Amino acid sequence: MALLDIKALTVEFATRRGVFVAVDNANISVEAGQIHGLVGESGAGKSTIGAAVMGLLEKPGRISQGEISLNGQPISGLDREAMQALRGKRVSMIFQDPLTSLNPLLTVGDQLAETIQFHLKLNDTDAYQKALELLTLVRIPDPEIRINQYPHQFSGGMRQRIVIALALCSEPDVIIADEPTTALDVSVQAQILSLIKELAREKQVGVILITHDMGVIADTTDVVTVMYQGKVVESGLTAQILGQPAHPYTQSLIAAVPRSHEKVRRFPLVSYGGKTQAFDIDDLARSWKKQTIDHTKPLFEVDSLTKRFITKPALLPSQQEFATAVDQVSFDIQQGEVFGVVGESGSGKSTLARMIAGLYQADGGRIVFDGTDITKSKDLSDYRRQIQMIFQDPYSSLNPRMRVDAIVGEPARHHKLLSGKALQMRVDELLDQVGLSAEAGKKYPHEFSGGQRQRISIARALATQPRFLICDEPTSALDVSIQAQILNILKDLQEHLNLTMLFISHDLPVIRQMCDRVGVMKSGVMVEQQATELLFTQPQHHYTQELLSFMPKLEGIRRVAS
Amino acid sequence: MLQNTLRSWLDSDFMWRLSRSPVAIISLLVVLLLVLGAIFAPWLAPYDPYDPATLDLMNGFTPPLTANDFTGQSFLFGSDDQGRDVLSTILHGMRVSLFVGVAAVAFAMVLGISLGLLAGYLGGWVDTLIMRIADIQLTFPSILVAMLIFGIAKGITPVEYRDQMAIWVLIIAIGLSDWVQFARVVRGATLVEKNREYVMAAQLIGQPKAIIMMRHILPNVLSPVLVIATISLALAIIAEATLSFLGVGAPPTQPSLGTLIRIGQGFMFSGEWWILLFPACTLLVLALSVNLLGDWLRDTLNPKLR
Amino acid sequence: MINYIFKRVAQSALVLLVVGFVAFSMFRFMGDPIDNMLGQERTEADVQRLRGELGLDLPFLVQYGRFLSDAVQGDFGVSYRQGRPVSEIIVERLPATLELAAVSATLAISLGIVLGVFTAIRRQGWLANLIMTSSLIGVSLPTFLIGILLIYVFSVNLGWLPSFGRGEVVQVGFWSTGLLTVSGWQALILPAITLGLYQMTLIMRLVRSEMLEVLRQDYIRFARARGLSERIVNFRHALKNTLVPVITVTGLQLGSIIAFAIITESVFQWPGLGLLFINAIQFVDIPVMAAYLMLISVIFVTINLLVDLLYVFIDPRLREGDK
Repeated sequence: MALLDIKALTVEFATRRGVFVAVDNANISVEAGQIHGLVGESGAGKSTIGAAVMGLLEKPGRISQGEISLNGQPISGLDREAMQALRGKRVSMIFQDPLTSLNPLLTVGDQLAETIQFHLKLNDTDAYQKALELLTLVRIPDPEIRINQYPHQFSGGMRQRIVIALALCSEPDVIIADEPTTALDVSVQAQILSLIKELAREKQVGVILITHDMGVIADTTDVVTVMYQGKVVESGLTAQILGQPAHPYTQSLIAAVPRSHEKVRRFPLVSYGGKTQAFDIDDLARSWKKQTIDHTKPLFEVDSLTKRFITKPALLPSQQEFATAVDQVSFDIQQGEVFGVVGESGSGKSTLARMIAGLYQADGGRIVFDGTDITKSKDLSDYRRQIQMIFQDPYSSLNPRMRVDAIVGEPARHHKLLSGKALQMRVDELLDQVGLSAEAGKKYPHEFSGGQRQRISIARALATQPRFLICDEPTSALDVSIQAQILNILKDLQEHLNLTMLFISHDLPVIRQMCDRVGVMKSGVMVEQQATELLFTQPQHHYTQELLSFMPKLEGIRRVAS
Repeated sequence: MLQNTLRSWLDSDFMWRLSRSPVAIISLLVVLLLVLGAIFAPWLAPYDPYDPATLDLMNGFTPPLTANDFTGQSFLFGSDDQGRDVLSTILHGMRVSLFVGVAAVAFAMVLGISLGLLAGYLGGWVDTLIMRIADIQLTFPSILVAMLIFGIAKGITPVEYRDQMAIWVLIIAIGLSDWVQFARVVRGATLVEKNREYVMAAQLIGQPKAIIMMRHILPNVLSPVLVIATISLALAIIAEATLSFLGVGAPPTQPSLGTLIRIGQGFMFSGEWWILLFPACTLLVLALSVNLLGDWLRDTLNPKLR
Repeated sequence: MINYIFKRVAQSALVLLVVGFVAFSMFRFMGDPIDNMLGQERTEADVQRLRGELGLDLPFLVQYGRFLSDAVQGDFGVSYRQGRPVSEIIVERLPATLELAAVSATLAISLGIVLGVFTAIRRQGWLANLIMTSSLIGVSLPTFLIGILLIYVFSVNLGWLPSFGRGEVVQVGFWSTGLLTVSGWQALILPAITLGLYQMTLIMRLVRSEMLEVLRQDYIRFARARGLSERIVNFRHALKNTLVPVITVTGLQLGSIIAFAIITESVFQWPGLGLLFINAIQFVDIPVMAAYLMLISVIFVTINLLVDLLYVFIDPRLREGDK
């Protein structure tokens, strides 16, 4: 008998436009001591399953069919009180964002002791002792001191450890971890995942690990269930599923995951369900005024570039305090090259990109573009015409109150390259080339999906026929299948249009697939610069080595022909 | 094209929610009715209450719907001490009340939105200066600020112009006391919007700050403004009534609902209840329906509050 | 922390200086004080003498300095209308307003918080919905209408309570209190309800919306997911977080109670500062207006300062560092 058994679960949301089935007839079972991965792209219904097990479905969601049982006893359909008694005691949950999961006004010790006392009926001293034990268990250093601190005094990774300690307070049988490491850096992610793994073994807890990340699945889980649009498409031992996926969706999903151990020329595209939109690079290349590549001199020379942010404003400059976001960074970008910058959050990589884009003023150093120093130059309009940028979040990079054709046409109109009919024709043509129709121009951004929006963003960037493209985490907000499409488009642009690119990412496998040379940043400093293949095979700096070691290993996954 | 726009608007979630909320529909209808009544008061009102030629002192103190003992005339809401038709005075009073309310909110809105946009987008000392002033003003309740501005203006204007200026002084006083709400909300929304990537995309191509603020940020910060504007309208109408009631608002030549209530209060003890009751009810219905509408708008446009 | 307090005190002092400047400008530029103080029959010598006495011939900044130092010593000049020192009038009127404000503030804050929490927790219940709907009527009813309504019902029709004045007062030192007599309390009931009701609805609605906001936070969902009871989640986790923003606005509301006292006092002919102020505006009695302005500014600024300090006490994130 399985510890947790979900049978034929169907969850429905009644909305204005009819009933939306978020989970459709799903069967999942979890054993004690086992980590069961629940993987799928956005909208797959994986988080809804977690909420259904906890009895925390948000209205108007309801379980319309099926049964959830724990140790053979049905727990779905219990009333509020019975469910509340079960929560925490038998099943517990870890949320995605550790920064918002803890009550900011209570000390960590208070929150632990309160939960312990509520469930285990211990006296104050015993509860305090137990809280200390838990902090030690999740490897918080100096627990005697830190137990009396408030959440804001801990780093993100430390807070997630405390969240795990809180979930363990009542010694539950099942823990549901909903994207527990998505908000964390890779190095912290690896530590948290190994902690969850050890605790599952040691305490014989069944864990449902909800994630969108195949790397996390491969590294952490014993069993995996793959979901697509509310349905379970495949379930089985992780090695089995990843090695020999039977279902075409699983096959295409795995194929689309960027590999870290080898460079492929193009990404295989997910062909399951829905058609992929074509990107017409040949048509685009025909009308493009291609720059010839001069290999003798670099396009960019960045020399000891520095940016400081004021952390404590004061009237007197001597009393101000600064944080150095970018510290004396130097590198060159050759013409026609893709230069990657990789680093964790707070490493200064986005600040660097924004300085090069002319959005932030540098506090020191030079950026020389094609012979002119743009940090000194008064009139940047010529430079601005030659560069463009693709942003991270397709939901925020398009003005929601502007029509798509106005958005795409804005750069060309602003630089007075085109106007009137000619501009409209160019916009229609571009939308067509990026795989949307000219009709798309008459709509507003909210009518498009994330991948389509990123295509609009690309069309906007191409409208001025730039020489240089800055990509700031262009795919980190996208599902893996969409990511593959967008990365292919960017590869096409670079190859056929002779574009030079600066590619910013935290994702090492993506960097390996996209870049010719890479710079590694840590706390504002560029610690290593190297040709991509060399960097991945022979990292020199110990930080680079560390980053590479945390990278999820996907070598075991069989490559499937697409 | 136009038809499509209209259809998509009628089909929008906004209209759908409106159609599902009887309270919102009723209050919207009541507000529309009162606004139309105020606009067309000179044509709708059965009498012109401020034309001495039509007044007959003999008609004084006629209770509602009863024939006057001397003249035999009868009035729906009765008549006041001067023999004026109470219904007509209400219609004209509402005209003054609504005009002052709408104009004051419009003034506060323009001022607040501009300052909020500047503070939020430019940041630095501009932000510090504007928000410090806002903070200081917020320390003082708006009704008091309005009274004070009214008092100062009264002190500055020559006696013979006081009555003519009173309405405009009232608008400025209420408007100036209320801009902080708008500025704070717009600044907050601007701080969020300016870090969005579409703003960065506009900065990237070198769009001037003014264009970025007007074309990109402004349209995206307007929906909370609509909510605040509706709630502010109710507050402004109440503020105007309060000031007029205290005798520091609308002049006797242009009585507003507040003035009418002030007059009616005098007859409360002597039994002529209708002179007080009907203007008071009108004011309550007006303020209540605008408030209900604002409340519904806030719930609808700010889905996370539901 | 000490730095923060120092900063706030300095800011408050700056606010008072600005208010002082406004009050002084009123004196200086609104009408001619000489005109106001001397009647029609005056000689050039009288004017000159008074000009010298009042210091009107001194440089502007010196006059401002003198005005401030006088104000700090409680000297606000002589009322144009009553011909008595303003400070004397204010000391006479102050107790009435403070007693009224204190009683209504207690009423408004305690009931407002209780009802706000109740309506937030029982969001779907019929009683909570009823309270919310009636609160909208409360917000739409101007204070003066509430007063008139109460007078009409309890004084005119039922004749239970007085419709104006303070009742019998007892002199305790310079303080005249109505809290020691039965008729004083009877006279206080209607004005206190009038003044408190509107503030109560505002506080209640604020507490409700803040609490709903807090109840949506991840840490509340997590507290539920840990199986903690509704009581602990609502009162231990949610309430404390709700109170942080509520305290600020409640502080501001205390300020409005004093401002709205003007209206209440006017309806009930309550012999307090508000009535004094409204009469001063009607008769352009500038020394009284200026003094009232300065006095309530001190009260407001003090309340705000206390609120900020309370904030630091509740929120650990503000406790260390300067911010």
